[in-house]
Order: sequence, then structure tokens, then C-alpha cells
Amino acid sequence: MKILVPVKRVVDYNVKIRVDKETNSVDLNNVKMSINPFDEIAVEEAIRIKEGGKCDEIVVVSLGPEQSKETIRNALAMGADRGIHVKTEHSPEPLLVAKILAKIIEKEAFDLIILGKQSIDDDCNQTGQMLSALLGCSIGTYASKIEIENDSFVVTREIDGGLQTIKLAKPAVLTTDLRLNEPRYASLPNIMKAKQKTIDEVDPASLQIEMQPKVVTKKVEEPPIRIGGGKVDSIEDLVDKLKNVSGVI
Amino acid sequence: MSILVLAEHNNEILKEATKKAITAASKIASPVHVLVAGMDCANAANDAASTEGVEKVLLAENSHYKNMLSEPISELLIDLMNEYDYLVSAATTNGKNILPRVAAKLDVSQISEIINVVDGKTFQRPIYAGNAIATVESSTDKNVITIRTTAFETAKESKSTAEISSIGIEKNPGLSEFVEEKVSGGERPELTSAGTIVSGGRGMQSGDNFKLLESVADKLGAAVGASRAAVDSGFVPNEYQVGQTGKVVAPELYIAVGISGAIQHLAGMKDSKVIVAINKDEEAPIFEVADYGLVADLFDAVPDLDKELEKIQK
Ligand SMILES: Cc1cc2nc3c(=O)[nH]c(=O)nc-3n(C[C@H](O)[C@H](O)[C@H](O)COP(=O)(O)OP(=O)(O)OC[C@H]3O[C@@H](n4cnc5c(N)ncnc54)[C@H](O)[C@@H]3O)c2cc1C
Repeated sequence: MKILVPVKRVVDYNVKIRVDKETNSVDLNNVKMSINPFDEIAVEEAIRIKEGGKCDEIVVVSLGPEQSKETIRNALAMGADRGIHVKTEHSPEPLLVAKILAKIIEKEAFDLIILGKQSIDDDCNQTGQMLSALLGCSIGTYASKIEIENDSFVVTREIDGGLQTIKLAKPAVLTTDLRLNEPRYASLPNIMKAKQKTIDEVDPASLQIEMQPKVVTKKVEEPPIRIGGGKVDSIEDLVDKLKNVSGVI
Repeated sequence: MSILVLAEHNNEILKEATKKAITAASKIASPVHVLVAGMDCANAANDAASTEGVEKVLLAENSHYKNMLSEPISELLIDLMNEYDYLVSAATTNGKNILPRVAAKLDVSQISEIINVVDGKTFQRPIYAGNAIATVESSTDKNVITIRTTAFETAKESKSTAEISSIGIEKNPGLSEFVEEKVSGGERPELTSAGTIVSGGRGMQSGDNFKLLESVADKLGAAVGASRAAVDSGFVPNEYQVGQTGKVVAPELYIAVGISGAIQHLAGMKDSKVIVAINKDEEAPIFEVADYGLVADLFDAVPDLDKELEKIQK
């Protein structure tokens, strides 16, 4: 079995971003960037499947600028086998990402594609679902458990009401939720080894996809700021305020 | 400019999230039609038909649609979208799971979790865990949109009743099978529609200690929520998680107990009307968004709160 794991380079989850009022955009200068945490969970899951003897090769793919290679190396250091870098200036919108991934999968078949359920920058939560549509295969979003059977995957999903288990035909696209696993840290020897692993470059122009976005961002603003910081001295004081000042109890 | 809303229901009534999506849909285009898909869900269709703003209800009853699996429902929607300009759903796990699959088949982008309708093609949506608000414009004729429910009112009951039309389309590509669902449910209100929420974090130390919060919640008619850390530690199940990657809530009153206030947690609750924080660390970021912060050990403060609420109830 072959697994493809798409990974995205995003602002580190610990960074509180700033909106640049002059350019109407999010200020990404000198901001720490990392692998999208849900994608890291996807890489980890693929590695665990391989360690369980059920996968022969893990390929990671990233779309984005040159620095996306670092994100691929990061996944290779965790234990993925090979990388593909599709060089684009910015990370394109989810539909385009899905189209590019579908082209790559057209050239090289995969039995399982594991993505993060959302990237923590644009919070779109779309790419996996879109990819499954383009491939005409099954989709298992928000996975918290993946079991592999001969020609199917049994997936437990985190849904609004609790947990749902479904059985999906192979090939399938799955997206990860937080409780699927805890990603490992890459060891120093593995970081060294990852430097020798191959990363193929793909020019998006060679894929013959219309790269014009269908949705454009007109502006980016700061959200209204919530003014908090009020304190109470005791529970009596709290209950009194909730009842008589705010009127919420 | 017709608009179709994908409904979520429990066979008897529409989920409140759908009634909020109907409100948003009315701001985008008209007429608004609602698709109720499932099995034995005629009552839910009746509820949809008597919701303000709804002009027609499509009822698709078939065993394939019973569990809202993405593959059959999206096929059905793709078929129906020949007749509509917009497809809308609440940003619930079902909406988020199904709509992008339809969008890709229609060769359009999805606009996720809008909080404001500027015009028929322009919308506002939070990005970066709500630390920025993007105004986005679509250039396609058809549009697929999910709604952040906290930003829209619940559509009211209508005096008139819309037409219900049963549709016989049966779609199932046979790629997926339902196995089982473990839904805790219970007596308490649902997190996303509750007026009051009491949430616990890692500071609670164990699932057992959540009983302290449940007791308070019962007195307030509140739902119980949690931080990711509390869910990851196994104190409470996943459906309790409030935040950027869990549920987004905006109740009248949100009480955060033993929660530090990470960006990802704030993203899910900072639009609550009144926020209370109980934390022993006075530097905890949760206090920056709290209207009423109490610096205290929760194991003293929560039982005291419980007693005080009991007093005022009498
Ligand atoms: C990709 C990603 C997605 C995430 N999504 C979410 C999400 O959706 N929702 C979410 O909540 N988090 C999310 N997180 C996690 C988030 O970053 C924080 O780690 C998490 O919110 C912390 O939970 P906490 O506040 O309960 O724990 P901690 O940060 O450990 O805080 C515990 C607090 O309890 C207080 N405390 C301890 N003991 C007591 C006591 N006896 N009395 C009073 N106070 C006490 C402490 O002072 C501390 O402030 C996400 C993280 C990532 C990377």
C-alpha cells in the first residue's frame, strides 16, 4: 500500500498574528512557521501504519514557496520516505490544491491519502473533501481512529454529537482530528537521514491547471477587540454581579 | 437567484444550527428552499416548512440518506444544484464534511464559516483562529457557503406553511457504509445552542472532578464544555471541545474554570456575551477576555459557587 500525505507550511500555532493595517493583510514577516499541526498528525499516522507492516511507501507533498521544502524535510525526518514539492508563490485556495493533488495522484496511484482536517491559517476545512470528489473516491473526515482491512478502511470520526464509525472503500481520502495520535519528535539521526531523501520538484505549469482563484480576499481586518480584565473578589460578589448587573442568571 | 439550504435534523425537528443557516440564506438570496434528507423525517420537513423565510421544502427519504454520509448526500446535492445558484449549510461537522465535496464537483470554491453577508458575492469570515476577519469575493455563478451559526439569529416560526415536495432521487455511489454511532446526548442542552456554558480545562485534574461543574451547570440549565487539554486527557469526550478546531459557541454566559485561555480556546468562545474565568494564576490570558475574573483555587471556588446558586434558587 502507498500513502500520500499533503503537508502545509503555516504560521506556528503559538504565534498570535497581527493585521497590518496598511497592506490590509496578515503580517507574516519574521513570524515562526511550522508544519500545520493536523498535517503532522497525518504524517504520524502514515508512519504508524507503515510500522505496522501495512504500507510500503509514504510520500509527502507540499505546495508553496521554496521554504515549503523545510516542511517536507520535517516530515521526512519523522519517517516519510520521499517528497514532492509543487512550487507556487503562495499557497493556492483549497480547490486548486485539491486539483493539483488530483493530478499528482493521476500520475502515481495511492491507496490512501491522509490530510489534516483544516489548516490553522485560513481555517477552511475543505481540501480533503474536495480531493475525494475529484478522485471520485470515499471520504472519512475528522478521523480519531483508522483501522485497515483488506480492501477497506474502518474509520472512527469525531462528529458534533460524539463518535461515528464508517467503513470506506479503498482508495480513500481521510482527514485527521486531534485525537488520532500524538506526533513523534524527529530524532537527530533521522534528521540527518532525511537530508539524503529525495524531494522531486513539480512545476505547476506542467500540470495544466487553470490557476486563477475563484475567490479573492478583498481585505483583512482586525476583529473587534473584547475588553475584559474585570475582577471580582469573591463568589458572593460574582453571583451578585451576574444576577444584578449583567442579568444573565 | 435561488438558494438551497441543507438541513440537519433529528427526524422530528430541524437543528437550531439549520434555523440559523436559514436566516443567513435569506440575507444572501431568495427564494430559500430547504432540503430535508434522511429516513422517516417527514416531521422535520414539516418543521422546515413552518420556518420563517422558507418558501419550499424538498424531502428526500431514503435509507441511503439516513446517516448523512457524505458520498450519497453530496451526489444528491450535485443533482439538485442544477436548479440553484447557492448551496448553504451550517458549519456543523455534517455541513463541513459534505459541502466541499459538492463544491469541487461544481468546480467552485467553498466559502467557509461566514459571519457576515456583504452582498450576494461578498462575505466576511474569520481566519487565523478569529484573529483576523477576511472579506472575500467570489467570481463564480454558483456558490457553496457554510455558516458560522453564532453570527446569525435563529429563524422564527412562520405563520404560513411552505409547500413540501417529495423527491424520488436515489443516489448512492456505494463507497461508504455506516457502522455505528456513539452519541452521549443526555439531559443537558447542546453546547452550540445553550444559553449558558460551564467549561473545564486541565485544571480540573480528572473526569470525576467534572461533577463539580455538572452540579453548577444543572442549577443554571447550562451545557458543559471543555478545553482541548481536558479532552485529550480523557476527562470528557471529544464533543465537549470548544475552540478553533472544536465547537464555536457564543452563549449569554460562559464560565471558564481551570482554563488558561490559549488562542485556540478563545477562538471558540470570545463572542460570548458575559465571560467568567476562575483560575488560580492571575496572569492567565483568559482574564484578558473575562468580564468577571476570580483568582482562586477552583476546588474552593466551584463548590462555593454551587452553594451560592442553591441559595438564590430558594
Ligand atoms: C492544532 C491545534 C488545535 C487546537 N484546538 C483547540 C481547541 O479547539 N480548543 C482548545 O481549547 N484548545 C485547542 N488547542 C490547544 C490549546 O493550544 C491549549 O493547549 C489548550 O486550550 C489548553 O487547555 P487548558 O487551558 O485546559 O490547559 P492549560 O493551558 O494547561 O491551563 C490550565 C489552567 O488551569 C489553571 N489551574 C490549574 N489548577 C487550578 C486550580 N486548582 N484552580 C484554578 N485554576 C487552576 C492553571 O492556572 C492554567 O491556567 C489546539 C492546539 C493546536 C495545536
